[in-house]
Amino acid sequence: MKTKKAEKTVPEHPMEELIRSERLPHIWCAGCGIGTVFGSVMAAIQKSGYDLDKTAIVSGIGCTARMAGYIRLDSFHTTHGRALPFATGLKLANPELKVLVVSGDGDLLAIGGNHFIHTARRNIDITVICVNNLNYGMTGGQLAPSTPFGAKTTTSASGCPEEPFNFCYLASACGAIYVARWTSLHIRRLTNSITEAMQKRGFGFVEILTPCPTSFGRRNKIGTALETLKFYHERSVIRNDIDPKEAPIDFGSNIVVGKFVDTERPTFLDNYQLSCKNQIGDWPDFEGTMVQENQTGRQDIL
Amino acid sequence: MADKAVLTGTYFMNGDYACCEGALAAGCRFFAGYPITPATEITERMSRRLPELGGIFIQMEDEIASMAAILGASWGGVKAMTSTSGPGFSLMMENIGLGICTETPCVICNVQRAGPSTGLPTLVGQGDMMQARWGSHGHYEVIALAPSSPQEMFDLTIRAFNLSEQYRIPVMIMADEVVGHMNERVVIPRREEIEIVGRRKPKVPKRDYLPYHPDPDGVAPMANCGDGYRIHITGLTHDERGYPGMDEATQAQMVNRLIQKIAGNRDKIIRTENVYLDDADVVVVAYGISARSARQAVRDARSGGIRAGLIKLETVWPFPETLIRDVAARVRALIMPEINAGQMVLELQRCAGGACPVHLVSHFGGSIIHPSTILSVIKDAIKGRK
Repeated sequence: MKTKKAEKTVPEHPMEELIRSERLPHIWCAGCGIGTVFGSVMAAIQKSGYDLDKTAIVSGIGCTARMAGYIRLDSFHTTHGRALPFATGLKLANPELKVLVVSGDGDLLAIGGNHFIHTARRNIDITVICVNNLNYGMTGGQLAPSTPFGAKTTTSASGCPEEPFNFCYLASACGAIYVARWTSLHIRRLTNSITEAMQKRGFGFVEILTPCPTSFGRRNKIGTALETLKFYHERSVIRNDIDPKEAPIDFGSNIVVGKFVDTERPTFLDNYQLSCKNQIGDWPDFEGTMVQENQTGRQDIL
Repeated sequence: MADKAVLTGTYFMNGDYACCEGALAAGCRFFAGYPITPATEITERMSRRLPELGGIFIQMEDEIASMAAILGASWGGVKAMTSTSGPGFSLMMENIGLGICTETPCVICNVQRAGPSTGLPTLVGQGDMMQARWGSHGHYEVIALAPSSPQEMFDLTIRAFNLSEQYRIPVMIMADEVVGHMNERVVIPRREEIEIVGRRKPKVPKRDYLPYHPDPDGVAPMANCGDGYRIHITGLTHDERGYPGMDEATQAQMVNRLIQKIAGNRDKIIRTENVYLDDADVVVVAYGISARSARQAVRDARSGGIRAGLIKLETVWPFPETLIRDVAARVRALIMPEINAGQMVLELQRCAGGACPVHLVSHFGGSIIHPSTILSVIKDAIKGRK
C-alpha cells in the first residue's frame, strides 16, 4: 500500500484508522513476516467492507497473537491456544460481529489443536489466519508442529525428529469451508484470500508461510528474511483447488500454495436455530422429579 | 403469558436444576459446558432451557474451552456461565485467571466431589475451597459462594451473577454433590421480586473511554465488544487503556486494583447467617452441605444446655475476617466441619489469631459429616475449657 500524499500538518499513519499507532514501535523482529501479514489482514478488513465497530479480532499467545494489540478494533489477546473457544463465545453471544482469529502455528495447532478441530467441525462463523513460521518465535525458536523433519530448533538441536502437520489438510478434513495457503510474498493473493474467507459464512482458514530470520532462519542456514522470501519465490507452486492432502509443505521439493477449499455448509448457529425449533417430546427419566405445586392443587411436571 | 425465564412457583427440585433456574432468572443467556458428574444435570437442563429463551447452549470439547467461551460471550454482552466439578475446575484455572485479569463478569458453578484426581466422582467433597482461592497463578482476590440447599443454589446463583456484574469478576459457586443432587422445596419468586444487577456501561465519550479506569468503588465501567469503543483486552499486565505495560509500576497498579476492588468492598460482598451468636460459648463456622450438619449439631447442643452458635458462610471468599475476630474474642472455641483435611479452617485459625482454640471436624469425603460428630466436638470444646 502507498502512503497518502504528505499532509502539511503532523503526518498521520496511513493505516491510522486501523492501527493503534500510539503503541508503535511493535515488538516484531526485523525481517519477520508477521508485519506483512498484518498489512494484508488490515487491507482485507477494509476491502471486505464490514462495519469496523462490529469487527473483532481474537488471538492467543505468541508473536502473531500480538497483532491484536496493534489493531484499532475490539481486540482480545487471550490465553495460549484458547483464541478459538473465546472467539466461539464472542461470536455466538453477538452474531452481528465479524470475528477474526490471528494465531501462530504453535498457538493454533499444538496447544490449541483440539479447539481447532472442533471449531472447524462446528463451522463456527469465524475467519482464522495462521502465521506459520515453522517454530515458536516468541520463546526463542523451539520446535513446533510445523517444524520440518530434521530442522534445527533450540529443542531439536540435532534435527527435529517429528513429522510436521499439513494444516490445510487438517482444516479441510475437519470441515473448514474455506482453506488457502500463501507465503508472505504473495501479498495480493493473500489479501484476496482473507477477504474471501471473511465474506463467507463459516469457518475459514488461511495459512501463511513466513520467514522467522531471528530464530528459524538463523539456525537452519536459510539466511536472511530476504533470502527466505527468495526461496519461497523459487519454490512456491500455485495449485488452486487441489485436495490439500496433496499439498504438504516440502522444503525438499516444492511449496504448494493456493486456494484449496471454497465450499458452503450450514454454520453452528444455522443448525442450532433449526434444532431449537424441534419438539423434544417425552423425556421419561430427565425431569420427572421437578414437580411444581400449583396453587390450584394441580401438580405440573415440568 | 407465562414467564419462561422465571418459573415462579414452588417446586420439588434438585440443586443442580435450581442453579439453572437461578441463572436464567438472573439473565444468563449463554452456557458453555462439558459433562461431568455431579454437575452434569446443570449442563443438561441448560441445554433444554436456553433454546426456549433465545439463549445459546454449547457443549464444548473440554472445560478449558468452556471457560474460554464464557469469557468471550461475556465480552459479547451476554451473561454467561459454566458448571463443572473438580477435574474440570482444574482445567478452567488458567482462563479463570484471564477472567480475573481482564475483569470479565461470569459465573462458574463447581459441584464438588471428593478428590484428588478422579477421586470419588459420584460422592461429596469440599476439597476445592483453596483451589477456588488460589488455583490460578499470580495474586488476586476472588468471590466464592457456598450454597447449602437447592433453594440456596437458586438464590446464590442469582447473587453470583449480580456480584460478577457489580465487581467485574468471575464468581465461583462452590456447591457440592449432595447439594447438587438432593431434591428439596425450592421457591422461585416473581420476576419483580428478584434483584438483578446489570452491567455498568461507560458514561464518557468513546474517545475518552479507558477500559480500566475505575469509578470511586474501584470498578471500571465495561464496554462490550461491538459497542464501538474499540477496546483492547489482554491478559498481559496492562494500564488503564488496556495496553500492555511490562514494568513494575503498571504491575503494581493493576494487581493492587484487582485486589482492592474486592477487599475494599468486602463489607458489601460478605454475607453470613448468624445463629444463636449473642450468648454463644462455642461457635461452629460452616459452609455448604456441612452447614446443614452444623445447624443440627448446634440445635442438639442447645437442647442439651450448651450455648452453641453457628456462623453459616454464604460467601466463603472473601472470608468474614472482622466477624471471626470479634467472635473469637468472646467464645471458648471455634469449630469448623468440612469435607476435606482442613482448608477453610486455616483461614478461620488465621482470623481467630489465637484468641480461642479452633477445632477442625474433618471428613475426607464420600459422605456428609454426621451432626453427632460435630456435637461431640462441641461437647469436648466446652469441657476442654473447664
